[in-house]
Amino acid sequence: MSVSVVINPHAPILELKGVHKAFGANKVLRGVDITVTPGKSLVIIGGSGTGKSVTIKCALGLMTPDEGEVLFGGKSLKDKHAVEDARRRTGMLFQGGALFDSLTVWENVAFALLYRDRIGRAEAKKQAIETLAKVRLGARQAELRPAELSGGMQKRVALARAIIAKPELIFFDEPTTGLDPITADAVNNLIVEQVKALGAAAVSITHDMASVRKIADEVAMLHEGRIIWRGPVADLDKSGSPHVEQFVNGKAEGPIQPAL
Amino acid sequence: MTDATAPAATSENPLARPFRLIGRTVLAALREVGRISVFSARVLAACVTPVIYLREVLRQCLKIGFYSLPVVGLTAIFIGAALALNIYTGGSRFNAEQFVPNIVVLGITRELGPVLAGLMLAGRVSAGIAAEIGAMRVTEQIDALLTLSAKPERYLYAPRVLAATLTLPLLVLIADTIGVLGGYAVAVGTLDFSGALYLRNTWSFVTGNDILSGVIKAGFFGAVIALMGCYQGDRSKGGAGGVGRAATLAVVGAAVLILAMNYILTSIFVQVGL
Repeated sequence: MSVSVVINPHAPILELKGVHKAFGANKVLRGVDITVTPGKSLVIIGGSGTGKSVTIKCALGLMTPDEGEVLFGGKSLKDKHAVEDARRRTGMLFQGGALFDSLTVWENVAFALLYRDRIGRAEAKKQAIETLAKVRLGARQAELRPAELSGGMQKRVALARAIIAKPELIFFDEPTTGLDPITADAVNNLIVEQVKALGAAAVSITHDMASVRKIADEVAMLHEGRIIWRGPVADLDKSGSPHVEQFVNGKAEGPIQPAL
Repeated sequence: MTDATAPAATSENPLARPFRLIGRTVLAALREVGRISVFSARVLAACVTPVIYLREVLRQCLKIGFYSLPVVGLTAIFIGAALALNIYTGGSRFNAEQFVPNIVVLGITRELGPVLAGLMLAGRVSAGIAAEIGAMRVTEQIDALLTLSAKPERYLYAPRVLAATLTLPLLVLIADTIGVLGGYAVAVGTLDFSGALYLRNTWSFVTGNDILSGVIKAGFFGAVIALMGCYQGDRSKGGAGGVGRAATLAVVGAAVLILAMNYILTSIFVQVGL
């Protein structure tokens, strides 16, 4: 008798259910609920210090929620093996790139292949150079150290490192911070292009509204440790939420107090 | 009313303050010892179980061992020279100047070689490791390692601990040789010793146990130096200030542990006749 396994393609790849996280008396997350479906790009917006990075770190298993649960592919990250599995199936682009200074660009890109998948150096380098080409970097840059690259190039290397293992979900932490508008737009284009090419889901956090409009299918607004609005990117300008409106229009006056 | 105010009155009791302070300090110290112990156990387990990243171990051997040669060599030569002068001065008080080669080689191999090489490496290597790992921590490189399924204790810490444990004994052997030559240079150059006689006395006096005890000490010191650097780097936070603090704590911690461990190991060697 054959057993067929039916996989629901619309089942969430990532779910955060009532996630709380506090640092001492500072309650950063107060019940965050997020669902990410395969192939969709969710962008989380919110003011400085509202817990966007903490949300991503909880989703990646880099921080353990005080309450609530994170599920990847339906499995709770409370299980160590589920965390390992989630990390194998995700990629992450860190805000500052987080490239390893002591390694060359290609070794950074091929890190997961070399040290996790134990692929030979020649094959790993070949794949790294192919992936670097996808983010418009050549073999010449592959031999450099990260410190020898510009900020935009470092972001592209970090993107190449995030996509080389063909993840099902990619996290982007402020992917355009510190870049000029033209370079930022180029990085946004690359993110959209590569995420679509992989058919992966994406979760991004950013303050950059141009970035939001370019890379998001859906937008969620995080405020005071909770998601207070979520909707398609097309509804961003007609959200009906004074918080979203203030944030989108970048006004100091409104329900959100500037983080001064 | 009375019940509600009673605990507050107790906590305000000025006589209890010194005890609370002592209690807090002891608990904090115990917590730190516990954290270091757990961290060390995890790293040492990673040192002796697969996967060991040999390329990283070799890279660290070069950084920790080879590049420390000049500082260890210079320390050894000056210490050997100063030791010869001091022993000559002290020995001349009871006509025992001829024992200069014997005491120089004993002092260098059993004590000064491993301890001074260890202290020099505590300054050079422990601080370097703490600063490097601390910078990786604050720039999210360690988080990046985790997201790439690489465990920091396996990829970052174990290679450093292995490299320091393996290379410090080699450095001590070199320091022993250079230290003896430092003493030889002073004895022959300024104290009118016969060169051949000095070397013959040194060679006939020193035993395998003298050298071995220093080498064993060096292995332990190497592990402590790297572990303290990794631990403090791993715990650093708060940007450049945090990285600087981690480097300072690593040096101080490693130096104190080396001196304490030196006494403990020497006691054990005396007990077992090494």
